[in-house]
Amino acid sequence: MKTTEVLVIGGGPAGLSAALEAASRGSQVTLVDSDLQLGGQLIKQTHKFFGSEDERAGTRGYKIGELLFKELEGLKDCIDVHVNTTVLGYYKEDGVVSLSRGEEDYFRIKPERIVMSTGAMERLIPFPKNDLPGVYGAGAVQTLMNVYGVTPGKRVLMIGAGNIGLIVSYQLMQAGVDVAAVVEFMPKIGGYWVHAAKIRRLGVPILLRHTIVEALGEDVVSGAVIQAVGDKGLEGDPVRIDCDIICLAVGLTPTAELLWQAGCDMQFVPELCGYVPRRDAHMRTSQSHIWVAGDAAGIEEASSAMVEGRLAGLGAARSLGHVKDSDYDAGLASYWQRLSHLRAGEVGEKIRSGLEKCSCDAWEV
Amino acid sequence: MGLIHQHPILEFRHAKEITFSFDGRELKGFEGEPIAAALHANGVRIYRITPERKEPRGFFCAIGKCSSCFMIVDGVPNVRTCVTPLKAGMEVRTQHGRGVVPLVEG
Repeated sequence: MKTTEVLVIGGGPAGLSAALEAASRGSQVTLVDSDLQLGGQLIKQTHKFFGSEDERAGTRGYKIGELLFKELEGLKDCIDVHVNTTVLGYYKEDGVVSLSRGEEDYFRIKPERIVMSTGAMERLIPFPKNDLPGVYGAGAVQTLMNVYGVTPGKRVLMIGAGNIGLIVSYQLMQAGVDVAAVVEFMPKIGGYWVHAAKIRRLGVPILLRHTIVEALGEDVVSGAVIQAVGDKGLEGDPVRIDCDIICLAVGLTPTAELLWQAGCDMQFVPELCGYVPRRDAHMRTSQSHIWVAGDAAGIEEASSAMVEGRLAGLGAARSLGHVKDSDYDAGLASYWQRLSHLRAGEVGEKIRSGLEKCSCDAWEV
Repeated sequence: MGLIHQHPILEFRHAKEITFSFDGRELKGFEGEPIAAALHANGVRIYRITPERKEPRGFFCAIGKCSSCFMIVDGVPNVRTCVTPLKAGMEVRTQHGRGVVPLVEG
């Protein structure tokens, strides 16, 4: 059976950063991802990132991905990459991880340490015919158009005015697709003002206190019915929108199956959008050989996911004896400083209060 | 449908163009890209028909999690076409119902 010092599960921004950090500190790393390429959602982002210079502010998301791939190239002797490889299970009894390459090729790995950076899944909302072809998740739409250059449709109705709904609406227009409207149940836009302003400038209506009532079409989506909502439920007349795609951007939830299976202490934290593992200041879970990073640790965004990945990779490398205490302390302090910058102010309030509920300084031995 | 030919930021570098079949029709796609993306670029929106209510399903999550894009590929049912790379000469079929795994004697 294949063995490895550090197995990183999920090669998005968090997992890539964890693998790079652990390898640069002298660990032998195996990085697996179920997609056909590494990079997760990062490689689909055409907008410029925020933050400070450390977070490569002003650089487009997919360009940050390219920088990580370059770093990976320099460490290729220490990182064994497997794409198109899905982890199927974790066996607590003997610490074995089972995997499938493609749909047929089954194999196992026994790792000494694991970083779970499994990311997130999209949420769904209930409405009649929400399973009709043409109702797509926002991540799926991004994959089609920004990774594979495929036009997702002609005219899209976007559900959700959080950052993802706003950003993907703008990306659709970059790809030459019409956006009929952005529909948002809440009375306020959930995403950043700058992302909302970009699509408003292009004339796309953002309909607050509105919801989708049903999808229309026999075999594929040909339209949608939307309606205003008030304190007592639906109000006003239903409005028909012509569209061939209904894009759902109604939030994400952490992908936590493997963390549950591994027996990590889990906690439901609404601010982090679901069940997340309790973790210490090193991003270590209650299972002493398992670390967590990125959206799997709570829905946040890519910049903090990358720093969390660095923390997890650093922690895993130190536990293997690869990092001197003084180097570790310096790394820990600098990564936490970056995280606290990213989570500062009003926009970070929700994340800070969520993290307070599931963090501890150190696990009791 | 089709491909994005002009984009203000991204440049798409497609792999080699190959042919494959969909329900007996010959289609073109790019080697190594997901089967589901190739079908979508060809205007195919329905990937399977559900077992009970006989309703159409198509592309949905694109990360191999939701089962919506299960199809029969080279005789194997329930293939996650959104994360399975396209190869030249592949035979892709709409999946009706749960799919049957052919048992090989021997």
